[in-house]
Amino acid sequence: MNQLKKWLGIVWMLLGPVAIYYLIKTAAAEISKNPVTNTIIQWAVFVIIFIPIAIGLIIFGYYAFKGEYDRLPENSTEI
Amino acid sequence: MTQPSQSKTIWQVIAASSVGTLIEWYDFYIFGSLATVIAEQFFPKTNPTAALLSTLATFAAGFIVRPFGALVFGRLGDLIGRKYTFLLTLILMGGSTFAIGLVPGYATIGFAAPLLVLLLRLLQGLALGGEYGGAATYVAEHAPPHRRGYYTSWIQTTATLGLFISLGVILLTRRSLAPDLETSIQRFNDWGWRIPFWASILLVIVSIYIRLRMNESPLFAKLKSEGKVSVNPLKESFGHKTNLKMVLLALFGATMGQGVVWYTGQFYAQSFLETVCHVDFDQSRTIIIWAILFATPFFVVFGGWSDKIGRKWIMLIGMLLAICSYQYIFKQFLNLTQPAGKTELTEQRRSLGEKTILLPKSKTDSIHLRTWEVHYTDGAVFHEVKQDTLWTDPARAAITKTATVYNEKKLDTAAYRKIVMWMFVLILYVTMVYGPIAAFLVELFPTRIRYTSMSLPYHIGNGVFGGLTPFIATLLTTIYVSDKLSGLWYTIIIGAVCFFIGAVYISNRVDPDVND
Repeated sequence: MNQLKKWLGIVWMLLGPVAIYYLIKTAAAEISKNPVTNTIIQWAVFVIIFIPIAIGLIIFGYYAFKGEYDRLPENSTEI
Repeated sequence: MTQPSQSKTIWQVIAASSVGTLIEWYDFYIFGSLATVIAEQFFPKTNPTAALLSTLATFAAGFIVRPFGALVFGRLGDLIGRKYTFLLTLILMGGSTFAIGLVPGYATIGFAAPLLVLLLRLLQGLALGGEYGGAATYVAEHAPPHRRGYYTSWIQTTATLGLFISLGVILLTRRSLAPDLETSIQRFNDWGWRIPFWASILLVIVSIYIRLRMNESPLFAKLKSEGKVSVNPLKESFGHKTNLKMVLLALFGATMGQGVVWYTGQFYAQSFLETVCHVDFDQSRTIIIWAILFATPFFVVFGGWSDKIGRKWIMLIGMLLAICSYQYIFKQFLNLTQPAGKTELTEQRRSLGEKTILLPKSKTDSIHLRTWEVHYTDGAVFHEVKQDTLWTDPARAAITKTATVYNEKKLDTAAYRKIVMWMFVLILYVTMVYGPIAAFLVELFPTRIRYTSMSLPYHIGNGVFGGLTPFIATLLTTIYVSDKLSGLWYTIIIGAVCFFIGAVYISNRVDPDVND
């Protein structure tokens, strides 16, 4: 199970940049299709909000790959 | 205090926490439930879609700001205590809601109107971001270890009951402003929509009174008396790898999927019935009301069950069932609201008039609309609208056909009951993913930084991933116009990723001790 957790860490690390790329690509396409303020604001909000979350997913993947989730803490002294 | 001396104490704690949280949810939802009415009042009417999107964006802004509320008030809650922090969030929420009811419309004060509404909506989001973590922490820190899931699940019911009460108050107000329904609805759309906002202030005053009489959480009071309160909760929560990894796990393995399942079941489903299936305003809301009424007890059932078998698999199975069945259930909504297969009572067909309106951005081309009320043998009554586009260019006119659409559909009893049943199933999934989650989050983090640490993943999961669900789903249906169910792919993909992460990385262990 711990090996699976580690190798899946790579998937999460890759999923972060893929999500960012797809988000920016879709935002650019939708804005160029209809370049009005409403569209620009909507997509700008999505990009600004979801990029930090995607970075969080990369960090999560990195921790998983390093084996940080092999054993979860069982009390607060371990945190 | 791990074992409360009397069960009376815990019920007082639950009641005081739940009433306040319920009011906050009520305040938050009336805005969303009145999105179309608010769009007419506060946004330019030239383009109805833009107005609706603007309102939804404002709605989303209320959600996006929630994680910031979680940081601000979570930090306060870990520094000065749970009791005073969630008193503050209640006052902020109640004040903002009341003030929204006072803002003059766009026709009176121009762009200041939507700006003020946006600002107040942001304050609402900020307050809600601080409220939930405090209430859940407060109840969990009073609850006995073997009943933590059960007791905190009462707090979980408030989110759904808040929607229930908001819909009830809206429907009641909408029908009570004049003896005849049509005039009453007209008055509601003009000024009556403000009443549900004003009503909030009475509820908030009652709740503040109740909360002022509560004591501080015993675990936090103990920490404070021992001088062990965190000096910098934000740094301890997110600056230290050991805690940050648990915050990330809570977000990607639980709250992200829970958020999208919740908002798809309760909000996107309602929006889908109204804007895609074109079900009548009152019926689309009473459907939700019935479903909530039947499903709400299951929050407590699954919360209590999670004390016995663990939190993880209840939440994840709820998530899995949801993502596997959404396409089918929403397809049923479409099928049950179609005129195909119905037999019309032609003698009862009644013309409701016709009108011609200019196409957006055009000074010459227009649409001619003819509307009829159509009755069917099964008791359903639909509005049939025939649209003819009147092009000035003869070449375009030659190839344009009359389009027929149906809206303001009043469903027959059988279809109505079936939709209530499917809506119940959607909310049942919500109770599975949401019922145990407060106890799950409380158990992940230590007392000294619990408010901050659990609030952020909860509000990113619910506020950002969940809160944006109706907005993103609607947007997807405008990009992939041929597929009316395309909006569901957002929930399905996010839910599937979360299910996978939760299944592999989360432990099913119920923490016996949250005193540390």
